Amino acid sequence: MDFYNYYALLYIDDSTVAAGVKEFEEILKRKLAAADLLNSVKVLETGSSGLKDYGIGLSVYPGDIHYGNLSTADIDEIINEHFIKGRVVTRLIVKPPEEQFRTSELGPQDVRLQNRIVLSLSGVIDPENIFEYFAEHGYEAIGKILEEKVSPEKVVGIIKNSGLQGRGGAGFPTGLKWDFTRKAEGNQKYIICNADEGEPGTFKDRLILEGNPHLVLEGMLIAGYATGAAKGYIYIRGEYDLSIKRMEKALSQAYEYNLLGHNLFGSGFSFDIEIKKGAGAYVCGEETSLIESMEGKRGIPRLKPPFPGTHGLKGSPTVVNNVETLANIAPILLKGAEWFRSFGTKSCPGTKVFTILGDVRYTGIVELPMGTTLRQIIYGYGGGMREQRSLKAVHLGGTSGAVFDESMLDIPLDYDSVRNHGGMLGSGAILVLSNTVNMRDYLESVLLFFKHESCGKCVPCRIGTARLYDMVKLLETSDNKELILNEMDKLSETMNKTSFCPLGQSLKFPVQSIHQYFGDEILRS
Amino acid sequence: MNLEELRKLREKGQREMMQRSDNAKYRIVVGMGTSGIAAGAREVLTTFIEEINSRKIKDVVVMQTGEKGYSSKEPVVEVFVHEEKEPVVYGNINPEKAKRIVTEHIVGGVIVEDYQVVFGD
Ligand SMILES: Cc1cc2nc3c(=O)[nH]c(=O)nc-3n(C[C@H](O)[C@H](O)[C@H](O)COP(=O)(O)O)c2cc1C
Repeated sequence: MDFYNYYALLYIDDSTVAAGVKEFEEILKRKLAAADLLNSVKVLETGSSGLKDYGIGLSVYPGDIHYGNLSTADIDEIINEHFIKGRVVTRLIVKPPEEQFRTSELGPQDVRLQNRIVLSLSGVIDPENIFEYFAEHGYEAIGKILEEKVSPEKVVGIIKNSGLQGRGGAGFPTGLKWDFTRKAEGNQKYIICNADEGEPGTFKDRLILEGNPHLVLEGMLIAGYATGAAKGYIYIRGEYDLSIKRMEKALSQAYEYNLLGHNLFGSGFSFDIEIKKGAGAYVCGEETSLIESMEGKRGIPRLKPPFPGTHGLKGSPTVVNNVETLANIAPILLKGAEWFRSFGTKSCPGTKVFTILGDVRYTGIVELPMGTTLRQIIYGYGGGMREQRSLKAVHLGGTSGAVFDESMLDIPLDYDSVRNHGGMLGSGAILVLSNTVNMRDYLESVLLFFKHESCGKCVPCRIGTARLYDMVKLLETSDNKELILNEMDKLSETMNKTSFCPLGQSLKFPVQSIHQYFGDEILRS
Repeated sequence: MNLEELRKLREKGQREMMQRSDNAKYRIVVGMGTSGIAAGAREVLTTFIEEINSRKIKDVVVMQTGEKGYSSKEPVVEVFVHEEKEPVVYGNINPEKAKRIVTEHIVGGVIVEDYQVVFGD
């Protein structure tokens, strides 16, 4: 798929043809070509006359800018100002079209055009029939490793070379994580698949679990072999009924074909996997709270270090990996680290599964190379804004990520570059908010979530989340909003420095970014 | 289990999938992920099976798969036609629409464009 910075829609009907739209289009295209902009501006024809009574009309997306009463003399200005400098030509703006018009060229993206690794078989095979996974070279990666006696060091080396980073949010290098556990002393080691997926607006792991459960099991087997673990657990969010059912079925099939259990592939390597259901606390997605909860205790975080890699479940060395991370493992082993590195960016290879939701035309899930921009995802795959709304904000990476405005749509989405822009890629959730959303209200809903989910173990987070919530409520009526916003920044900064776990530490991202990008709106309201 | 046995299982799986598309002129695949089911995919699947059975249509198989990611288009149904590689993708299907797909596409051989998902370029 080609991506364009701008889509320019020309309305072609009897009246605009009479006004000379064809000649306008020809000159526009010629001048775009002369300015070398054909790759960044896509001119589309649309039939219905969305801009009634405005003569020749042109709508530009993103931005929902509607120009009317145009003549060929305006073309240079539109190109130079809007398409090159990104400045709207206000003198040509007319009221937005009243009728719903179709921009069919901006439909949802055909999944066959995406570069899929972890979702390549989700929605393609029957997840309840292990033969369909076999048919796609299922369990061949672990089979080859065991039968050809590839050493655990070698397996860890391949994962290191691939550059795979954990897809659970923090982006920690997976090979390195495995190496800590491989080298750690311990009679018993564990692999935990983190399938808690508690991040609001994130459904990516669910698609993998439901659509291709064996891929996750194979990833866990390989992790077990590479680190010397004999036991694995899948900690699945309790509400994920279908994921649990499909996973139970996959487990029984894998046992039936001796792909789990004792002495696999005659290698002496044995591995068992069990399912644990989560009980719905956000903080239990955090790896140490998750382990506490698995041990039957209250789900609250542990002090790190020591890290789970050396002191995890029951004090034993434990690898905790996200579902999407584990789903990348078998493909990397089958096709090689080089192949994996051919996707994505140099520092963040591979793909990422993004959940697009909010005020876009097509909500859903896409898997794209790391480094794809927000603009490409929102306008290319999400089909742009729905109901002709305009884009106001994007909450990226989950509730604890930053909230950006339109000026940030072109940052490449990978762990490093989002971090460098003051946000985090997190779970890959892309929540798109339109101009109908009041940003103070939005911040209130975010803070209510944190107040509710703070586990209460440490004072900064327990009191801080409650105070921040009080403050955002005060913003509604106070006549010193600026003071409150500044105090909220300060408090979230203190929480960042003093909270026990990332839940309290990362609240500064939504709080401070909403102040930075939407402070004016809040002050004015 | 060893690699040799695994290879045989793979070939068996591949054969089964081939036979399925060889024997059936049409393959109807319903996306049965959580979003699909919540939007009514189970009823759609049942409707297809009932329609195919009650009309005694022979060369059609109805199958399930997981979710692709077109959440806004659920329930999603794909119709694979024997000779063609790419399926026709239908979106927002309900039992009524499923019946129409059987009548017009499966029996009549004409794609129901009204329900077809139009993809971006
Ligand atoms: C509050 C909080 C919630 C989290 N929720 C999840 C979750 O739902 N799923 C997940 O995989 N990781 C979650 N994490 C990240 C885990 O702590 C951990 O980093 C991750 O499971 C490691 O796997 P990875 O290296 O494969 O990314 C959460 C972290 C925090 C602080």
